[in-house]
Amino acid sequence: MKLGSIIRSGLVAAGLVASATTGAFAQSGETIKVGILHSLSGTMAISETTLKDVMLMLIDQQNKKGGLLGKKLEAVVVDPASNWPLFAEKARELLQKDKVAAVFGCWTSVSRKSVLPVFEELNGILFYPVQYEGQESQRNVFYTGAAPNQQAIPAVDYLMSKDGGEVKRWVLAGTDYVYPRTTNKILEAYLLQKGVAKEDIMINYTPFGHSDWQSIVADIKKFGSAGKKTAVVSTINGDANVPFYKELGNQGIKAKDIPVVAFSVGEEELAGIDTKPLVGHLAAWNYFQSVKNPANEAFIKEWQAFTKNPKRVTNDPMEAHVIGFNMWIEAVKKAGTTDPNKVIDAIVGVKVPNLTGGMSEMLPNHHITKPVLIGEIEANGQFDVVWKTPGLVPGAAWSPILEDSKNLKADWTSALNCGNYDTVAKKCIGSGK
Amino acid sequence: MSHKRFLAWLLPALVTLAVAGTAMAADLATLVGNLAAGGYSERDAAITALAASGEARAAPVLEALSAGELYVRTADKVVVIARGSGKQLSLVDAVTGKEAGSASEDALDRIKVNNRLRGTIDAAMGALTLMNPDPKVRRAAAQSLFTRRDASSLEPLDKAIAGEKDAAIKRAMTEARAAIVLGTDAPAARKIEAIDTVRARGDRDALGVLLAAAASANAEVKAAAATAAESVRQRLDAWQAAQNVWYGISLGSVLLLAAIGLAITFGTMGVINMAHGEMVMLGAYTTFVVQQTLRSVAPQLNELSVIVALPIAFLVSGAVGVVIERTIIRFLYGRALDTLLATWGLSLVLQQAVRTIFGPTNREVSSPSWMSGSFLVGQIEVTYGRLWIVVFALLVFAALLLVLRRTPLGLYMRAVTQNRPMASAMGIRTPRVDALTFGLGSGIAGLAGVALSQIDNVSPNLGQGYIIDSFMVVVFGGVGNLFGTLLGATALGIVNKFLEPYAGAVLGKILVLVFIILFIQRRPRGLFAQKGRSVE
Repeated sequence: MKLGSIIRSGLVAAGLVASATTGAFAQSGETIKVGILHSLSGTMAISETTLKDVMLMLIDQQNKKGGLLGKKLEAVVVDPASNWPLFAEKARELLQKDKVAAVFGCWTSVSRKSVLPVFEELNGILFYPVQYEGQESQRNVFYTGAAPNQQAIPAVDYLMSKDGGEVKRWVLAGTDYVYPRTTNKILEAYLLQKGVAKEDIMINYTPFGHSDWQSIVADIKKFGSAGKKTAVVSTINGDANVPFYKELGNQGIKAKDIPVVAFSVGEEELAGIDTKPLVGHLAAWNYFQSVKNPANEAFIKEWQAFTKNPKRVTNDPMEAHVIGFNMWIEAVKKAGTTDPNKVIDAIVGVKVPNLTGGMSEMLPNHHITKPVLIGEIEANGQFDVVWKTPGLVPGAAWSPILEDSKNLKADWTSALNCGNYDTVAKKCIGSGK
Repeated sequence: MSHKRFLAWLLPALVTLAVAGTAMAADLATLVGNLAAGGYSERDAAITALAASGEARAAPVLEALSAGELYVRTADKVVVIARGSGKQLSLVDAVTGKEAGSASEDALDRIKVNNRLRGTIDAAMGALTLMNPDPKVRRAAAQSLFTRRDASSLEPLDKAIAGEKDAAIKRAMTEARAAIVLGTDAPAARKIEAIDTVRARGDRDALGVLLAAAASANAEVKAAAATAAESVRQRLDAWQAAQNVWYGISLGSVLLLAAIGLAITFGTMGVINMAHGEMVMLGAYTTFVVQQTLRSVAPQLNELSVIVALPIAFLVSGAVGVVIERTIIRFLYGRALDTLLATWGLSLVLQQAVRTIFGPTNREVSSPSWMSGSFLVGQIEVTYGRLWIVVFALLVFAALLLVLRRTPLGLYMRAVTQNRPMASAMGIRTPRVDALTFGLGSGIAGLAGVALSQIDNVSPNLGQGYIIDSFMVVVFGGVGNLFGTLLGATALGIVNKFLEPYAGAVLGKILVLVFIILFIQRRPRGLFAQKGRSVE
């Protein structure tokens, strides 16, 4: 391999004919373009830049394996700059101008909602890698992150169990936007269903980037001193987490007294905090870097080599991209073409290995099956998996707990071909929802 | 539940004690070995058993387990305590307490604990360390027994209370005992006595215990607990008002730090400086760089890195400020709208520059130990970090006042602010004064960045979060008046903190904004209006 490349570069340098494989690519000039739609500047760059790098690595690896359908993959990177309307514009540019075969991108729900009509209109394919609030299923979108039933609900179940501390009183704290609001709505309905009294649930919202947590943490402390075991379920997003955890540590709230389980805090976020005071606080994800598994260890090694940083961490949305990318590759191979309609049909039922040792499958509702892991924060900024679902959990597009969505069903196979089929009225509500 | 389990383990343990002699070490080995076996539930039982064994080795082993330092050596399945950093950890045999060489982390298997087990260990450790010669450890033991309220610790508590000399610790132990009694099926009279003891303690933990007792079946106990809880609650509510004032002052000090530099550049020079937040961010990143450098060059100075960073951050941000003034802003004096756009563009450039150099993710700036943790004043939780920031904000304010009032530079600055042509006619080099003034304002923003690196993210977006608040404070306080900025920041901080518990953080912020808009309608020049160039 190495010898070959040395000889090859030697030939090129001498001005001779390039080697057979590269020559073939160069002559046909044909590549399959893959769009990467992640913010590289602005507030969301903190999370999304990493995903762009993962995609570049995956595409690079696939090319080394010989590309796809005999062609090389070519990444087209655009920067929507954390600006929601710009996401739609850039998506249009990718689909119309660059004619990409699939797009991997978006992080926030607003950005996803902003590009949905574009993908529908131009019949593109989007892989969305982030845990989200659910209540959506669109023909052109594949949701490789967790739906609420693959993250929030199991986390609450864990806290209610004996190992989780038999929590009786709940603080639902979140940033004020669609994901926390919807998730908390589902969680509140779920808790009430489980017999938790209304006065044992405290819901608190804070603005984006909230940095002064003194009174809210004091409030949580106050709420927690009612003689019942209390836990905080945090959907606090992004940057606001660091000051929140710092304040928790400073005010001496220990995980064994009031544990905090977070849905948006992963290895990347912890890299910016001194985690010693946070040991024991929890996070629920479908992947942790600390999972001992040959596939995961190989992935971490490749990632650290690719980024030339031996300390670079991996996280859950990165794994979602790995799964999504591999599923797309499989589907294209199966369909024998990158034509969106054929790929959308071919991908349902495709199974690829995830990085925690199972086989994730693309479901007819365009969500995937994933294991749910609960991890405790360790002093070194990693998570220690303390609980795991016995098998893989299939993602539910529509929450059966909420009144407005309990009758809805999503199935994009030819049987139904609908994202929001009302099983009682027996009709497809159609787009717009 | 745990009471029964305790008894179940106590019996064999007692039998073991009776047999005594050479069998002891072997049994300890079994007890410690059990820690490594099975799932969390088995481990939970093993911890209780080990604690109940009365072995001297129990305390250090459990402590290590709780800290995540207890391992099983993969090669020979011996349980060891491993400490140290780096690749090689030094090992101590958990059973004998003797040195056992060293091993890399790969050759060891850590015995995992979760929150539930940490709680069990805490309760067990509390009972084990009640007789510790160190009064601090005894006090901590009493506190952990109070929070855990495990019936099995009643017996050791009774013994400890009888032998305790220190009155304060004795009281803490009695309170712990009372709290535990409330959770057992003791007679009502004893419980009511216990309620009085817990009520006298009067803090949040006590309230929790009383509220739990108020759910008791016995009507007499229920009534007593409810009354006691109510009285504790009333006292705590009174404290809470005081606490809100303190939080308000603390938030105010952060606002003051962020705004005070702007009070110079916007307040006295009239430059709508949208890049002010980025000067703060540069200060925070300077702190990061200084800390990283110190860590590799002089690790012993790490505790002081924040202080070392102060002058450097001032110089870095100040220098950038001077460059900006000389290259951009001086061409735009008197064109407010153009400065606004130019500095806004500049803020984006600076953010992206930092993102390119340091990466988009947060950088960790660790807090020195003298800025971590908290202490109680009455029932108010005061965190050291916040306290130092309040002190620091006041010091910066005083220093700035001194510079403006007592130095030639301050005199020139005030002269240029009040009447530029006249100052120029008197021989003051106004362009130079402009540059220095802008540099001073930016430098102070850099100082704010050092402080904010302790409480907020060090990320390229750091400055954005503070720019709106800073303008609000300066406008509210009165453009061009430093005391107005001080008063404005404190007032906004306190109002915000009183609104937050009732209206929520989001609505609270909106209400403050509405209040300021109304206030500016009534008094367009803020709390303290001042004459100056900006008024002209």
